[in-house]
Parts: sequence; C-alpha cells; structure tokens
Amino acid sequence: MATVDKSKVPWWVSNLIVPLVNLTLALFVSGLFIFIAGENPYEAVKLIIYGSFGYIEGFAYTLYYTTNFIFTGLAFAVAFHCRLFNIGGEGQAYIGGLGVFLVAINFSFLPVPIVWFLAVGGAVVFGAAWAFIPAYLQATRGSHVVITTIMFNFIAASLMVFLLVDVIRDTTQMGPHTVALPKEQWFPSFEDFAALLGIKIRYSPLNISFLLAIVASVFVWFLVWKTRWGYEMRAVGHNTQAAIYAGISPYKNIIIAMCISGGLAGLLGVNEILGVHHKIVAGFPAGYGFTGIAVALMGRNHPIGIFPAAFLFGILYQGGSEVTFDMPNITRYMFVAVQGVIILFSGALENLFRPQIENFFVNRLNLKANA
Amino acid sequence: MEFLSDIASLINSTLRISTPLVFAAMAGIFAERSGVIDFSLEGKMLMAAFVAAVGSYFLGNPWLGLFLAIIACVSLSMLHGFASVTYKGDQVVSCVAINILIIGLTTALAAAWFGQAGLTPTLNEDQRFLEVNLPFAKSLKDVPIIGTIYSDILSGHYIFVYLAYLTVPLVFWVVFKTSFGLRLRAVGENPSAVDTAGINVFAMRYKALAINGVLIAFAGAHLSTAVNANFFREMSAGRGYLALAAMIFGKWHPKTALVACLLFGFTDALQIRLQGVELPAIGEIPVQLIQALPYVLTVVLLAGFVGKAIAPNAIGQPYIKER
Repeated sequence: MATVDKSKVPWWVSNLIVPLVNLTLALFVSGLFIFIAGENPYEAVKLIIYGSFGYIEGFAYTLYYTTNFIFTGLAFAVAFHCRLFNIGGEGQAYIGGLGVFLVAINFSFLPVPIVWFLAVGGAVVFGAAWAFIPAYLQATRGSHVVITTIMFNFIAASLMVFLLVDVIRDTTQMGPHTVALPKEQWFPSFEDFAALLGIKIRYSPLNISFLLAIVASVFVWFLVWKTRWGYEMRAVGHNTQAAIYAGISPYKNIIIAMCISGGLAGLLGVNEILGVHHKIVAGFPAGYGFTGIAVALMGRNHPIGIFPAAFLFGILYQGGSEVTFDMPNITRYMFVAVQGVIILFSGALENLFRPQIENFFVNRLNLKANA
Repeated sequence: MEFLSDIASLINSTLRISTPLVFAAMAGIFAERSGVIDFSLEGKMLMAAFVAAVGSYFLGNPWLGLFLAIIACVSLSMLHGFASVTYKGDQVVSCVAINILIIGLTTALAAAWFGQAGLTPTLNEDQRFLEVNLPFAKSLKDVPIIGTIYSDILSGHYIFVYLAYLTVPLVFWVVFKTSFGLRLRAVGENPSAVDTAGINVFAMRYKALAINGVLIAFAGAHLSTAVNANFFREMSAGRGYLALAAMIFGKWHPKTALVACLLFGFTDALQIRLQGVELPAIGEIPVQLIQALPYVLTVVLLAGFVGKAIAPNAIGQPYIKER
C-alpha cells in the first residue's frame, strides 16, 4: 500500500470523499443481494426514495427512525472514543425504556414537564446502570465488553419478557405489554404541531424526541471534545499506557464512558415509550441498538457525521418498509444485511481505497501548486 | 433407578448441546492463537447452518450441504482476514460487520427463496444426518452401569457429537506438538520474531483462519442438518459468543476450553430440565429467567472468578512489516 503524508490530505478528502466511496461500494453490494433475492435493485432504490421523501408522513417516519439512530449512534461513538465496543445498546435501550415507564407511572401526580425531565433521567440512569456491570468487569477483570454486553442483551431480553409477562403486564389485555401512560404525559407529536399551524396530516411516530436527539448530539460533542474528561477518555482510548503515565485512570474512564454510552442508548426508550407506544411493548428496541454501530462507524464517531449517517439509515428503514410492502421477496432483514455491508466497508475495510484516493488528490494539488 | 436415568439423560443432552460449542471454541483457538480476534464465530455458525440446510435440501445429501457450508465459512474467514490482516482494519469491527451481515442475509434469503418468514423447508431423512447407534448398544442396554454409560449416554448421538470430541485431541496435537502449531502460537505472541525467522506472518494467519472456517462449519451443520431438520432465523442464538467465552475461560487451550464448553452445555441441559419444575424452598422459577442462565454463567465465567485469562500477546493487532 502506498503511504501518504497525512498532513497534506485536505479534510474533505478523508472525511467526505473516502466515506462516500465506501458507502457507494456498500450500496452496490447491497444491490447485488437484492438481485440475488430475485428483485430489481433499481426499482428498489426508486421505492426507497419515494417511501422516505415522497409524502409528508413518509418523511416524518424517516425523521422518527433518524431520532432512534442518533441516540444509539452517539451511544456507540462515546464508548468507541475510549476504545470500548459497546454492542449492548439494544439491551441498554430496553432497560432504559423500563426506567422511562417506571418514572412516568410513579410520578404521574407531578406536573407534566417535570415528569418528562424525570423520565428522561430515568432512561439515562437505567441505561447507564445496565452498562455499568460490563464496564466494571472490563475495567477490573478485563472481561471483554463485546461478549459481556452481548450477554447483557440476552439477559435484558429475558428479564423484560419476564417482567412483561409476570410482573407489570396489563392484565386486562392479552399481549405482553404494560398499561398505557396517562394521555397528558405523551410527548407532543409532529401532527399535533402541524395541527397548530392548521395543517392536517395523518399519523406518524415523529415527536419532540427528535429535538432531544439534537440536544444529545451537542452534549456529546461538548463532552468529548471540549471537556477535560473527554480529553482523558480519548487519551485512554488512544494509548492506555501513555494515559496512565500522564496520571489518567483508565479504570475510571472506562466506567464513565460506558455509563454515558448506556445512558444515551437508554434515551431510545424516551422516543419509543413517551413518544410512540406510550407503554412498554415486548421487543421495542427492534434492532436499533445494532444499527447504531453502523451509524457511528459511518459517521466517523463524530456527532456531525452521525447526524447524516442516522438520516441515511432513516431513509433506508422507512424506504425499506415501502420496499417490503411492494416487493414480496424482500423482508426487513435485507436491510439488516445492508447494515452489515455498510459496517464492513465504512468500518473494517475503510483502508481499502483510502491511500489511492488520498494519493490522487495530493498529487493533483501538488501539480496545481507547481504550475 | 429413575434418578440414575435422569442423570444419564442429563449427561446425554450435555454432550449433544456442547457439540457446536466445542467446534466453535476449537475454531476460535486457531484464529486467536494466530493473533486474530474472532467474534465472528456467531455469524459463521449461522451461515453454516443456513448453507448446510439449503445445500442439503437442493442436493439431497447432507454431506454435500456440509461441504458447501465449509466453503461458505472459509470464505467468510478469508473476508475477515482480508479486512483485518491484509488491510489492517479493526478486527472487532470486521467481526461485528460479518455477524450483522449474516443475521440479515440468511433470514432475508430464506424468506426470498422459500417464503416462510426466515425458515428453510424441513429436510427429510435422506437430507439430514441421523443418530448413530454404536455397535452392540442394544444388546448391552440391560447390563447395569456399563449399559447405562454405553447405550444411554455414549450411543445414539449424531455423527457431529463424536467428531467434536475427536477434534479436541487433534487440535491439541496440531497446536502443541507440530511445527505448524509452534509457528501458529509464535505468530500470535510475537509476529516480528516469526517474521525475522523467515516465516510469512500473513500466510500463517490466513492458514489459521482457513482451519477456523472449516471447524466452525461443522457447528452450523450440526444445528440445521442434525439436531434440527431446517434452518430458522438466528438459530445460533449466541452460541458463537458462548464458545468464545468458553475458549477465553479455557485460556486458549483445547482441553480446558472443552471443560468450559461442557459446563455451558450442562447449564443449558439443566436449564431445559428445570423449566416448569417446582424446586424445594424456591418454588417454580419463571421460564424466562431460567433461559437466561447460560448467558449469566458466561458473564460470571468471563469475570474470571477462577483466575485471570491471559490472551496471546499480539491479539487484535494487525502486523505491519517494517521496511
């Protein structure tokens, strides 16, 4: 592989051109999968674009998915800056949802905006608590977080089904879910806002959690790049030995990074419980936690990158459901495979064409400078 | 007498349930001893299960299904090597990508080709592996103790069960008693020393990954063409991760990894047995909590309450040849 002087590579080449090339490759391979499944990839792309942009409710759905992916993407990114692979976003979100519900139902005597703040706090605390044990075991015993967080996903799923079946189930109904929260606690939805402006639109799950996602993005950016703690955490992730030498405790930083990561994943529960279902439904995290990995890697673990990456996955999810509706051979699992391909090309194989692309632009700029 | 036959059937299920874990742990030993992290055991096992079931369904022979599964798993191992050995990408990211890709792809293709929510068609007797009855198992059945051990515990398993336990001494021999094994371990501990000795580090890691792919294919084929007669969505159910935990707990050593796999198998067998049973003092434990038992055990074992595990020195680091 050719080596490139990194300092001469313009930022837009390494942060824009290279990711776009990798994404294009990933989408090309995904197109092959759709072809193998017996459908026309070109028609699928048209359906995806229509489904996610073609009508107002479709676009609202896209932004609703984006909200979830921002939360889980940020969650993965924060831990990743400390070189921790938190693939337990799924379980942390599930338990975070439990926190939202328990707080909202138990403090329903308080005025609504206060309950909302408390419920968001509940999501963060519960999500963080679920990440704490793997973090503690990683920090003190060296148990790899990839295995422990995966195990905690399984344990969370078992625990929640147990709670939903035996403990907090709405006994008047058949399905494994809780009673609904009081209506005044529901987050204002997109169609409520549209109605205020006199526009009538049909149901979509988009709600004010989207704004919370933007606040969370700014918070992560500030925390990781503008605080002393963020610096310490990145130092541990970059070179643990050097960090120890500089008097930074990897133990403390591993635990804090994982807990913040878990807390961010827990916020998915806010969107799903306060914003959409208004009760805990079995299996509500629905794979969003795993998608967060792809979102974070594509967004190069920076909030500014995570936003467009989350939006892209929002398009894929919402457009994808349009595809599954019209193409009987395509199921939503096809889009899980697409995520895998995107992680492969923008994460593991990100160096595939990077040197060639960077060389190309550096040489061109040199030619210009010499001319 | 009933107690004895209970124990016998518990040991019998332990041997059967541990089988995919044993194959996967042995596969993991090859990859990780050479310095390549392999969380993608899970995805490869799922891929093997899918390919073996589909291949056997179309070709009418489970051995051909197994052969295709081996090809598929070796290809995935090569993909992992391509990303993390040749292109020096992040090994964990590569594994996560493979796992998510395979969860999606297998289910999506099963649905597209067979139209039944991620299931493949049920295999008939010619298309799957059947239980193997050891010689004289029937006639020895009534002999006390020996009959129980031979006929009830050892006989009547799928071929993969016997293969798995034969693989363990073979892996031990290859890794610890051959010059290939010495090089393999050296590449995982100190690749630059191996490079100095004139051995190609990259080639060694690719060879280790190829063996890894072959072994893990057996685990998947066991799931879909022996124990079950079809593939279903996410049927590996975390076994790849359990096996990896067993391997770490076994300190990257075949014999101790085997013990850990049997422990997981036993917990799972016990878990199935305990469902719906009234326990003295505790009462009936809810089924969802019992099902979580193997996962809880994994976390407990990984916490290293029985001593800290030391990984191969160069694990997870791409080798960069100096110029």
